[in-house]
Amino acid sequence: MRILDALNVHYRDLNKIVKELINSGESEIILKNVHGQRYIGAGAKGNHKLIIEGIPGNDMAAYMDGLTISIKGNAQDAVGNTMNSGRIIVYGNAGDIVGYAMRGGEIFILGDVGYRVGIHMKEYEDKKPVIVIGGKAGDFLGEYMAGGIIIILGLNTSDAEDSIGNFCGIGMHGGTIYVRKHVNINKLGKEVIAVEASMEDICIIAGYVKKFSHFFNIDFHSVMKEKFIKLYAHDSRPYGKLYAY
Amino acid sequence: MSAAYLTPEYIIERNKERCTNCQICVKQCSFGAHSFLKEEKIVVSDDAKCVNCHRCIVYCPKRALVIKKNPLEFRENANWTDKAIKEIYKQAETGGILLCGMGNDRPYPIYWDHILINASQVTNPSIDPLREPMELKTFLGRKPDKLKIQNGKLMEDLPPQLELEMPVMFSAMSFGSISYNACEALAMAATQLGIMYNTGEGGFHKNLRKYGKNTIVQVASGRFGVDIDYLLAGAAIEIKIGQGAKPGIGGHLPGEKVGPEVSATRMIPLGTDALSPAPHHDIYSIEDLRQLIYSLKEATDYQKPVLVKIAAVHNIAAICSGIARAGADIIVIDGFRGGTGAAPLRIRDNVGIPVEFALAAVDSRLRSEGIRNQISLVCGGSIRNSADIIKAIALGADAVYIGSSALIAMGCHMCQMCYTGKCNWGIATQNPDLAKRLNPKVASTKLVNLLTAWANEMKEMLGGMGINAIESLRGNRLMLRGIGLNDRELNILGIKAAGE
Repeated sequence: MRILDALNVHYRDLNKIVKELINSGESEIILKNVHGQRYIGAGAKGNHKLIIEGIPGNDMAAYMDGLTISIKGNAQDAVGNTMNSGRIIVYGNAGDIVGYAMRGGEIFILGDVGYRVGIHMKEYEDKKPVIVIGGKAGDFLGEYMAGGIIIILGLNTSDAEDSIGNFCGIGMHGGTIYVRKHVNINKLGKEVIAVEASMEDICIIAGYVKKFSHFFNIDFHSVMKEKFIKLYAHDSRPYGKLYAY
Repeated sequence: MSAAYLTPEYIIERNKERCTNCQICVKQCSFGAHSFLKEEKIVVSDDAKCVNCHRCIVYCPKRALVIKKNPLEFRENANWTDKAIKEIYKQAETGGILLCGMGNDRPYPIYWDHILINASQVTNPSIDPLREPMELKTFLGRKPDKLKIQNGKLMEDLPPQLELEMPVMFSAMSFGSISYNACEALAMAATQLGIMYNTGEGGFHKNLRKYGKNTIVQVASGRFGVDIDYLLAGAAIEIKIGQGAKPGIGGHLPGEKVGPEVSATRMIPLGTDALSPAPHHDIYSIEDLRQLIYSLKEATDYQKPVLVKIAAVHNIAAICSGIARAGADIIVIDGFRGGTGAAPLRIRDNVGIPVEFALAAVDSRLRSEGIRNQISLVCGGSIRNSADIIKAIALGADAVYIGSSALIAMGCHMCQMCYTGKCNWGIATQNPDLAKRLNPKVASTKLVNLLTAWANEMKEMLGGMGINAIESLRGNRLMLRGIGLNDRELNILGIKAAGE
């Protein structure tokens, strides 16, 4: 295990050291006093563990392939941008476009997330990306979504409050969004169908909620006792009939 | 095309005396224009299905076929042309957005053809490239403001550079829009010529990764096929913001073209539509572009130059200043004549500006801001021959991208039906029976021949100007004169009129 103090270290220097440690086979790295340094773990490969104390900057874990990153704080924009595999656990809130074009791996966020989260997520063969959000999401959640799973738990929202923003799932043509408690259908994109989650869906959700409960020390049963709404695209080819051939 | 009011665009004439009903034309036409009548034992043609791609004509052993433009004309009308009327019929029938393939074919002025190149006479000697050294080697990438040298040695690492044997590269054409064989031909030729091929947003097929040293990998808004191995597999990374044929819009690869190989290379499920959104949703500003550029540089340890490709649009000079300041190493400007596998017709024919103006405006702007050295400029959007390249370089380009020219070298006959996926020449298709018509080795040889010829022509033109290195022509607008251009156009191009 290696502990690094990131205070006043430029992102380029910080990331270089982290990469060198990863390449030298260091299995666990703790970064203390992180204050917005960008691109931490970008392009990193392997089974290493990274623990970030503070607030990592934009594009954390971009193109990442395999690492487990825990953030003891909030995260900024574009967490897990085009991520291929691995796991990210945020003990706080995260900003916009979490998991943009993410192809694999898991992202767990205790709190709320910003706009366009899970945009253009896609799946391929054994890769199925998953984002679990404890709080609520901003507008355009799952925009252009082509695969994978997003779960919104809305733990800190009241029964009257929506846990999704406007235009949820707009342009969606694959994948699934599960929303706990209730969904305001006026907030959904026109491509989206909302149904109550089946037993099969609940099994899938429970698997991820179990992990979520474990990471954030939240009671699994109290989360699962509410109903879940499943959102999916009614057409895998929303633009198939747009053109004259 | 079943639209009731549409009449055939072409007429197929079959010379009955020559035709032996051998059915080669039937087998060659993927559009079904020829068919064999079993009872009568004769081959007949349906004019309505012909796209005038010349495949049957070239392959007819008896030279029995001729295709002509259908002389059937509407009543003469300068406003309601044949084209305008037929487009309305087609849309009235289908309710669809009109699609097209290849570049803008409208009769806008071609400014390359209004620019003339200089040559030496008496006062300075021309150079004979056949006997004297002539340098076409080009390095693309950010050049430092100054070099630190100590004891005759460079004291710092230079920013990464792309080394090209000639200032030409194959522009982005994805596996999906073109066949695997076409991709391989481009990659093989680029390797042999010491230039670059570009994957487009189609991923980088595993079998082609051996050509990585001569490959630019593209990152576009859909991020298809992008992972860390992909980013590391090429010599440089291109962020695609826009494309000359369809500025401001994204791309839709229809599920029919996503077969097993395309699916594996793009890393998307079989048969699904591959939708590339119009914008990158992590880029809403120059600052955001900088973020993507540096995320790519961080992920690849600053070893690869990053290109940013944009379509030539109205405010291009200011945009390129921003891109240079965002940290890109190379800017690619794609003019409004740039080709495409599929684009909405109205966008292709009406959006964007000519690359000649865009290039001159950008080069002037970057020079006036004192940042031209920070960035290399590549232009594309219909470079048709070696003279276009010489003119582009004298206007300020470091190198050019060719797409359509390369496809024509491989056998494209410009029928503009790429979007149908039925390319009879095996280029713009994923149909295995059609794709195998293109032999990568043969096509690669043709590409190498074309660019070898162009290199020799460029050397001759350089020699004629008394210049022995392409470097000395770069931005050397005194070597150009305009013909048939007004003052404003000459001013934007930064060149004098012929005779001045």
